[in-house]
Amino acid sequence: MKFFFALILFTGLSTYCSPAAVIISEKEGPIGKDTSLYISPFREKNERCFKCHGQGRYEYTNENLGMQVKALMFPQRIIDRKKFYEANHKSFSCTDCHSEDYTKFPHPGQLRMGMSYNCLDCHGGDEKFAKFKFEGIDSDYHKSVHFKLEDEGFTCWSCHNPHEYKISIRDSKNLKETILYDNNICLACHSNYNRFRLLSDKEEVNIMKKHDWLPDLAAHFRSVRCIECHSEVNDSILVSHQIMPKEDAVRRCNECHSKNSLLMSSLYKFQYQGKSRAGFLNGIILNQSYVIGANRNEYLEWISFVIFIIVLIVIGIHIFIRIHK
Amino acid sequence: MSNKIYLYPGWIRIWHFLNALMFIILIVTGISMQYTDRKDHLLMVGFVRAVRWHNIAAIILIINYIIFVAGNIITKNGIYYRLKKQNFRSDLWIQMRYYTSGMFKKEKPPFPVTEDRKFNPLQKFTYVLAMYIALPLLIISGIGLLIPNMIITKLFGVSGLVLTDILHVTMAFILSVFFIMHIYTCTLGSKPLSLLGEIISGYHEAEEEE
Repeated sequence: MKFFFALILFTGLSTYCSPAAVIISEKEGPIGKDTSLYISPFREKNERCFKCHGQGRYEYTNENLGMQVKALMFPQRIIDRKKFYEANHKSFSCTDCHSEDYTKFPHPGQLRMGMSYNCLDCHGGDEKFAKFKFEGIDSDYHKSVHFKLEDEGFTCWSCHNPHEYKISIRDSKNLKETILYDNNICLACHSNYNRFRLLSDKEEVNIMKKHDWLPDLAAHFRSVRCIECHSEVNDSILVSHQIMPKEDAVRRCNECHSKNSLLMSSLYKFQYQGKSRAGFLNGIILNQSYVIGANRNEYLEWISFVIFIIVLIVIGIHIFIRIHK
Repeated sequence: MSNKIYLYPGWIRIWHFLNALMFIILIVTGISMQYTDRKDHLLMVGFVRAVRWHNIAAIILIINYIIFVAGNIITKNGIYYRLKKQNFRSDLWIQMRYYTSGMFKKEKPPFPVTEDRKFNPLQKFTYVLAMYIALPLLIISGIGLLIPNMIITKLFGVSGLVLTDILHVTMAFILSVFFIMHIYTCTLGSKPLSLLGEIISGYHEAEEEE
């Protein structure tokens, strides 16, 4: 099982590490919009930063020594060009968010002590972003268990890496890949104890063991996001950000495996069309998956019911005649 | 006066009992998985418990089925399931007429049970359909649902998982109807409980000609 889970993660990683292409326009892709042809207006300007931060090794001229120095970039300061130009913030100049003083080298030391922007600094109170309801997301986040970790350094960026994050669920054409992408965001901390320990003193949690009560665990991890069970559904925002304490996580199978499946107001929210297809309840799920209890077929149910009643009537008549003849 | 014929050897009786028990467990747990509701009012045994018991009962049923098929190959019990072309339709009709009319007029069964004929033509036909067509399809589709990776992703643009489930649910329903009819026809012996007694004792009591 562990091997299988590792395979899922590996498949996910290899998906996002495929070779880059040059960017011209946008088209729909499996995870959100395909931005492989996009060219940033700040590409050349950003290259001043990527020259050093775009890979693990960089070179600079030490003017005091008068020599060229080669050094390794601190891993947390490496920004993947490909991922950046595919991310939501792909159209940004580095200095839109980072101080213009970073263009100086060596970078002034006090810049590190400055505050980073959070989502609402740019997205809050702006009509352009009103439809994404960032204020609602912020309110949800304040009720989330993650908010309690703010003093330990938890921020929006802990989950949504500003240099890489891609909104995926709204435009997803391949829900399985989206699920993998979104779950890997959670697993980046919850299956990496080094990252987890940055924010919490809790003991290491074995994700597989904690979820071993789920029948066919691998199928569940492949087919739903962590937040389906671990967040409070909020219809007023696009994706719930209220991560619940583990005690409040969904544990009743019929929350999803039922006619009124929870999945229709979460995972399939953006694909829900309100009608069953070919008699299947919650038919939209069938594009990607099959959920026992949630995907019953109403036509088959009616046919079965009628046949069942006929059988009982025939038996009843037979018994009646046997008794009275 | 009656003659006793030993028709149901020990292995058949144990197989039959296990089969019946697994059928009941599978029907109850199968319905519990399908007809769940978030408010629980239709939930019968709980989803997790239903899944666990459905899987366990299914595995026992499969092993039991293999024993049944092997037993029918090895022992003479297999001959009772061999359909013959000769008079096939007319025999079915005669038996059907007996069930719908003759038995109410106290007529004698047109195909009395003997050592060479355990089942009447209608019984034989339905048992062959149930045991050699519906049950294998139910088992194969069930194994597919138990190990979904085995199922082809799409067939003619339709999800293989959905098709497998439809096949499974349909066969399950057909066999459930068969199960109900089987229980009822089990009361059609000389006395309402005589056939039930036979599958417990193994002996059929053949009534002598007057």
